[in-house]
Amino acid sequence: MKKTNNIILESAITLLLFFIVLFSVYIFTAGHYYPGGGFIGGLMTAGAIVLLLITYDIKTVQQILPVNYRIITAIGLLFAIGTSAGALFFDVPFLTHVFTHVDLPVLGDISLHTATLFDLGVYFVVVGVTMTIILTIGEDE
Amino acid sequence: MSYLHLAIISPLLFSVFIPIFYKKFIRIHTGWFVLPLPILLFIYFLSTIPKITNRQTVTETFNWIPSLGVNFTAKVDGLGLLFALLITGIGALVVFYSIYYLAKEKERLNTFYVYLLLFMGAMLGVVLSDNLIVMYAFWELTSFSSFLLIGYWHEREKSRYGAQKSMLITVFGGLAMLGGIILLYIMTGTFSITEIVAQSGDIFHHSLFLPALICVLLGAFTKSAQFPFYIWLPDAMEAPTPVSAYLHSATMVKAGIYLVARLTPVFGASSVWFWLVAGVGIITLIWGSVFAIRQTDLKGILAFSTVSQLGLIMSLLGVGSAALHYEALSENIFTVAITAAIFHLINHATFKGSLFMAAGIVDHETGTRDIRKLGGLMPFMPITFTISIIGAFSMAGLPPFNGFLSKEMFFTAMVRVTQMDIFNLETLGILFPVIAWVASVFTFIYSMILVFKTFTGKYQPEKLDKKPHEAPLGMLIPPVILISLVVIFGFFPNLLSESLISPAMAAILPSLLNAGGEFVVHISFWHGFTIELFMTLGVILLGITLYKTLPKWKRMYDLVPEKLSLFRFYDRLLEWSQSGSYKVTNKYMTGSIHSYLVYILAFFIFSLTVTLFWKDAFKLDTGNVSSIGIYEWVLAIFVVVGSISILFIKSRMTSIILLGAVGYTVSLFYVLFRAPDLALTQLVIETISVALFLVCFYHLPKLQRYETRMRFKLTNALISVGVGAVVTAIALSAHGNKLFEAISKYYVENTYEKAAGQNMVNVILVDFRGFDTLFEITVLAIASLGIYGMIKLRLNRRKES
Amino acid sequence: MEILMAFVIGILFMSATYLMLSKSLLRIIIGTGLLSHGAHLLILTMGGLKRGSAPLLGEHAEHYTDPLPQALILTAIVISFGVTAFFLVLAYRSYQELGTDNVEDMKGTEPND
Repeated sequence: MKKTNNIILESAITLLLFFIVLFSVYIFTAGHYYPGGGFIGGLMTAGAIVLLLITYDIKTVQQILPVNYRIITAIGLLFAIGTSAGALFFDVPFLTHVFTHVDLPVLGDISLHTATLFDLGVYFVVVGVTMTIILTIGEDE
Repeated sequence: MSYLHLAIISPLLFSVFIPIFYKKFIRIHTGWFVLPLPILLFIYFLSTIPKITNRQTVTETFNWIPSLGVNFTAKVDGLGLLFALLITGIGALVVFYSIYYLAKEKERLNTFYVYLLLFMGAMLGVVLSDNLIVMYAFWELTSFSSFLLIGYWHEREKSRYGAQKSMLITVFGGLAMLGGIILLYIMTGTFSITEIVAQSGDIFHHSLFLPALICVLLGAFTKSAQFPFYIWLPDAMEAPTPVSAYLHSATMVKAGIYLVARLTPVFGASSVWFWLVAGVGIITLIWGSVFAIRQTDLKGILAFSTVSQLGLIMSLLGVGSAALHYEALSENIFTVAITAAIFHLINHATFKGSLFMAAGIVDHETGTRDIRKLGGLMPFMPITFTISIIGAFSMAGLPPFNGFLSKEMFFTAMVRVTQMDIFNLETLGILFPVIAWVASVFTFIYSMILVFKTFTGKYQPEKLDKKPHEAPLGMLIPPVILISLVVIFGFFPNLLSESLISPAMAAILPSLLNAGGEFVVHISFWHGFTIELFMTLGVILLGITLYKTLPKWKRMYDLVPEKLSLFRFYDRLLEWSQSGSYKVTNKYMTGSIHSYLVYILAFFIFSLTVTLFWKDAFKLDTGNVSSIGIYEWVLAIFVVVGSISILFIKSRMTSIILLGAVGYTVSLFYVLFRAPDLALTQLVIETISVALFLVCFYHLPKLQRYETRMRFKLTNALISVGVGAVVTAIALSAHGNKLFEAISKYYVENTYEKAAGQNMVNVILVDFRGFDTLFEITVLAIASLGIYGMIKLRLNRRKES
Repeated sequence: MEILMAFVIGILFMSATYLMLSKSLLRIIIGTGLLSHGAHLLILTMGGLKRGSAPLLGEHAEHYTDPLPQALILTAIVISFGVTAFFLVLAYRSYQELGTDNVEDMKGTEPND
């Protein structure tokens, strides 16, 4: 992608990026109760990085975020399959999830899920896949 | 999982380590590592003999798919044990022989032994499974490993041809057999052989009885190379000789015999069974023996002789099934056919195995198997000559070898057919002893050709590639062991009658036994001056005369036109089916995506319209609809206008943007339809896809100059209007027909109870239907890797060049 | 509303089919995009529209809309994104290699190396 020289966009992005990523993480974690989850959270994070790509060029972004997105995809798949297969060790069918309620001092009653770990896998896969697709096409001259 | 199961699959498990042995111990012949396994298995199966002799069976069950009635039930009874001993015993000898036959420097030993072990495990599975589906799976595995072994020297055209032929014919039979198994299941409701046998009386008058019988027999006949399916066996001789000795004479081709014997209690009482098994068997017997004389290749003679001998055993089993019609055991003179079948099965394995090994030695030490080039080898190979002459005499039915005893019993059984008074045998029964006698004369002749054309006569050193000499000791040990069995069984035939033959008969003819009873088998040399003795004398006299005058009448074979042979017929059929299907495929596989889409869509319209009318499903229900507000109208109009205008727009950029606009409108629809997750996802996805579309076409240099040819096409328009109309009709009918209550209630009730979540959509995705999501992200990962590959691999290629 | 949607979906399918039957690769891809929109709306309409509040237990409503079609569609949206991207790159690459966007011209073309 071409290097653009847009001061307003650049300064706005540096501010906004933080909020977009934060919001995407919120959307991801809230998924079990409110609209959101791994898919939307992952897409939104990817969208934030795409925005970064549009503002700067690929090389700069690669310096800021030196990540191999194919590995992110693999980690995501590993998370999803690992959480699912973990159930087999407890002699329950593949993909059985468990949850427990925990009472934390400040946050109050919170339920912890293995389903969240599975969703985290989805999140990583979506980020990895989207970024791999966009970057490969973008790098191709 | 029991020791028995372990014994069956141990060859398969062990084969995994063969490549490691091959790589790590390059100096030691891989065969030495393989050899202990069949020996151990042989000892293991020997140890079960006392149990089997006491009328017990060993049954072990391992649940596989219990819901379908498919369990790996391993059962050792008399018949299974006999085969298991043959498989492991001959297997051990063959492995030992192959160590000397296949040079470790030249051959790919790792693949050879992997295939051989694959076969051994599969064959054990066939004969020891009590479940028909499991047996079928192992059955096909034997066909498969036979294919691999025939094609072992795959660089040879003939090996590939033979491998393909055997595969096509035996797999055809295997599929027919699967059909028969399924028909049996429909009739009895079980795949277990033991249970089917218990129900055999009830299914006799079932309308599917005959189709099942024919299907099962097709499987048996193709596998055991019966007429007219025998044509694959001579071509299978392209395999290395140890393989021919093992698979194509001693074990695999006897799987069909096994199947017939195993299912005799089920089908045996039928007249069709009698005529098919006995008739096909006896035709195969005479056909194989007559055409064996025409062969010039040592292994070719042996192949036809195997075909003929398999026919002999098959006809005995067929004739023996008639014994089921004669109740009282003490006076039942027809069970002798079954005794003869089992005894000859063992004898055939011993003498034919040793003959194959001897032929392999001749081939190995002279470089040819053509009897026109061979001759006078006796002084060079005295031991091989001794092996061959004993084997051939046994095969010809000469005393004092075991072949003589089983041949006598064969004659007895055939002569007794004339005393039967069922199935029109009063008149037709005489055919059996006559054909049997004629075939035996030819058997005598080819046995003589096999020995005397090779080892006596004129020595022709100029036609041989190598200077002949006796084989190394290791190569001689296995055939010597087998040939000593030929002699031992000849002199002491009753060694086996208690331990193996009687229990095997009990497995084939269980209904003739009272509880605790057993078949009394006594085989003796001398019966007095009976008709069988005179038949044997006649065979010898006529055989010698015809052998001496062979050159005079051998020309008769030229009268049979080559074009009419079954071999030619097979080739024609193969060619014709290939070219035919090629023509048909070319008619509709035009290579144009447009025509394929037209097929698919036309079928879509057709099938759905027909179903709608057939089931009278189209129903317009104007009641019970939700209200339409102003927003909905606006969005609907926007989607309609947007999607139709894409059709008329030439510019790529505009159409991409319009597609995006439609996508955003759809996401607004999701907002209105109370689907917040969908709306969010669709919004983000739409943004990223439009970016993607633009990025892709941003890089295309000739974007502007590209001309779009847009011509209106009536067929396309008709099809698309048709698709639209059908989908509308479906959507309306889906609304109009409410056949059952929606299952969503379950999710509403259980989202918090079982998954402690509140967002039902997300809980369904990660918990209730997690498998969908798991596969979905896998697909996504594959798609992204595909894209990565499409772009990056080409870059690398460019860099290289 | 369901009846109106049935017609909207029909038109989406019709346009999609017409685009897919054309010769330009890009138009085929756009067609598949429209087709997936149509299919998603079809699934949603079949489950009934606006029968209660959004499927979030936090709403504490009497009725909820059917969550199952929504979950299915969510999966379908993401998959169709992956497939569209794959198609797109396929088209892009074949355009680079073959210099044409016309599927009829591509027929039987051997790779040029």
